Amino acid sequence: MRTPEQTRPEEKTRPPQSEAVETKSGTSSKPGGGGPTSSLPYKLARYLTMPIILAGVCIALYLWVSSQTLDSIEARNLNAELIVEKLVRHLEITVIATIAVVALAVSAGVILTRPAMRRVSPYIVAVASTGQAMPSIGVIVLIAVLLNQFGFTIAIVALVITAFLPVLRNTMVGIQQVDQSVIEAGRGMGMTKRAVLWKIELPLAIPIMLAGIRTALIIVVGTAALATFINAGGMGDFINTGIKLSRETILITGSVLTAVLALSVDYVAGIAEDVLRPKGL
Amino acid sequence: MSEERNIQNGTAENHAENRGKAMIHLEKLSKTFPGTDEPAVEELTMEIYEGETVVFVGPSGCGKTTTMKMINRIIEPTSGRIFIKGEDVTDANPDTLRRNIGYVIQQIGLFPHMTLADNVATVPKMLGWDKNRVSERTKELMELVSIPASYGSRYPKELSGGQKQRVGVARAMAADPPIMLMDEPFGAVDPITRDRLQDEFLRIQEDIRKTIIFVTHDIDEAIKMGDRIAILQERSVIAQYDTPERILTDPASDFVEDFIGSGASLKRLSLSKVGDIDPANWPVASLEDSHDDARRKMRESGKEHVLLLDGERKPRRWVSMADIEQNGVPLKEAGWPAIAIVEARASLYDTLDTMITSYKGSAIVVDDDGRYQGVVDFETVLASIEDMRPQDANRPDKTQRDVTR
Repeated sequence: MRTPEQTRPEEKTRPPQSEAVETKSGTSSKPGGGGPTSSLPYKLARYLTMPIILAGVCIALYLWVSSQTLDSIEARNLNAELIVEKLVRHLEITVIATIAVVALAVSAGVILTRPAMRRVSPYIVAVASTGQAMPSIGVIVLIAVLLNQFGFTIAIVALVITAFLPVLRNTMVGIQQVDQSVIEAGRGMGMTKRAVLWKIELPLAIPIMLAGIRTALIIVVGTAALATFINAGGMGDFINTGIKLSRETILITGSVLTAVLALSVDYVAGIAEDVLRPKGL
Repeated sequence: MSEERNIQNGTAENHAENRGKAMIHLEKLSKTFPGTDEPAVEELTMEIYEGETVVFVGPSGCGKTTTMKMINRIIEPTSGRIFIKGEDVTDANPDTLRRNIGYVIQQIGLFPHMTLADNVATVPKMLGWDKNRVSERTKELMELVSIPASYGSRYPKELSGGQKQRVGVARAMAADPPIMLMDEPFGAVDPITRDRLQDEFLRIQEDIRKTIIFVTHDIDEAIKMGDRIAILQERSVIAQYDTPERILTDPASDFVEDFIGSGASLKRLSLSKVGDIDPANWPVASLEDSHDDARRKMRESGKEHVLLLDGERKPRRWVSMADIEQNGVPLKEAGWPAIAIVEARASLYDTLDTMITSYKGSAIVVDDDGRYQGVVDFETVLASIEDMRPQDANRPDKTQRDVTR
């Protein structure tokens, strides 16, 4: 895994500057409180603020909807059973797409950082970038039209393409930013390439990888609202119905709940990031 | 150039007879990095004996680190063979090979996400030691490098630079490898800490007697740490491979002289022994000699004092011309007792110290049994210091001596 060129003294302390820039753009969703501040009141405040705000929004929405007189169409849409059903569907799409993205993009990131792949990796990253550069709605509809298929699976495929890049790029950057001297020490003590990958490179890449996964998750949970256009269900159905039938109550409820869902998912991902970060870093 | 290398090989062979068996033998080892025409290391042949510390020293870019890293094949040689304990390991499994070679680098490279104990236990765990043995060994090593065993559960970022490097050394020694490779291990710490780490390391090495290859660009560190020093020039060509004393006394080339630098003489004072320098031509007489003999010897030498020895040739008294003129006093009681006596083993540094505090600015050199060997004074020491200075004038002489050695 280490070519001789890499171990030349001139190169061994090279700082990954260009990559650091990428890291920042790749982890733009990192919360301001991600630092090592660890006093208990501060932690509690950080962890409790978001749920309280989100619960407040939900209660306000409920009170507002309750105060409206609903016609038959609105009443049919705005009931707990249907909302839960769409919510579950939306989460299903989100979770499955995210798992697929992580599985594919992390593997790709590991493979592309192997020295043998060093030459081709920029091209593959460029291809992955187009997935993110294209408007999500375009990707979703285009794929459905191209394959002439609609529904759940196509939605997943489209979301994977859309959210692939942040995970891929952060995996690569995460692995590349691992201190070369740490890897050299590992190899020098007789760790195999595989052991270096699993015991050194990946654990040390985890914080940056997690940031990328969190970004992907947010992209997926937001973009999943567009799945409604290819008949894949989810919270987008409410928004779509609201617009088509000019029912503002449905539109607003759908939009607000989608936003609350996205923020909740981000919140949970933020906690996961804190918990999964290796100690000692 | 090639002649010079032959000379070096000759020296190495002499050592082979004197010392233990070769632990590491490099044969025509070369490395050319891809994309370059100039080899970084060219046909290096050398032997390193069991239990000795060999320091590779040379200007940056001379290939010393590359050479060291070819021994555990972090860098694969382009050509040549590597033998360890007589076994050709050039094509052996590098991972297995490395588990038997301790490796310390300047940047230390502790695993930041593992505790100190886990860091130290890396190799023993790979070798499949059982848990108790690993934890016992970890504690033992932490103690050896003066890190409290209670630090075992801490993470590297909680340590100072010096402590980190101690742990780095402990980690390299964990599985008790017979060979240790150290690449500027104390290069990244402040001078005071470096000095302490060097002393500690020398103390540890005295007990464990590992075969150590130590890379540095600092000649002072090389002189302090090395049993032998290999001064390398471009393409890792050996400019001189010898003991620190010999290198300081007798640099093999202008390159070596330049590399040692202007402080060589002072550096050498603590390494060279007074027995090695030519004593001054002082007149000596026996306590039993007549006044006339003593007077004649003094006149012949042109000095103002004569040293009197007893029957066993042990220095007894200094007498001056005036003392001798007092005809009535026997030589035994004339003058003043001989003080400022140093053994031939004493370093020049200590000798100078003795001379400065002595009455006439000279010191008497005796052998282990206290028998007279010679007298050194400031002039002789100065002359020998003069001799240590890099001088183009005496270069041909030195080369000659090298050849006949």
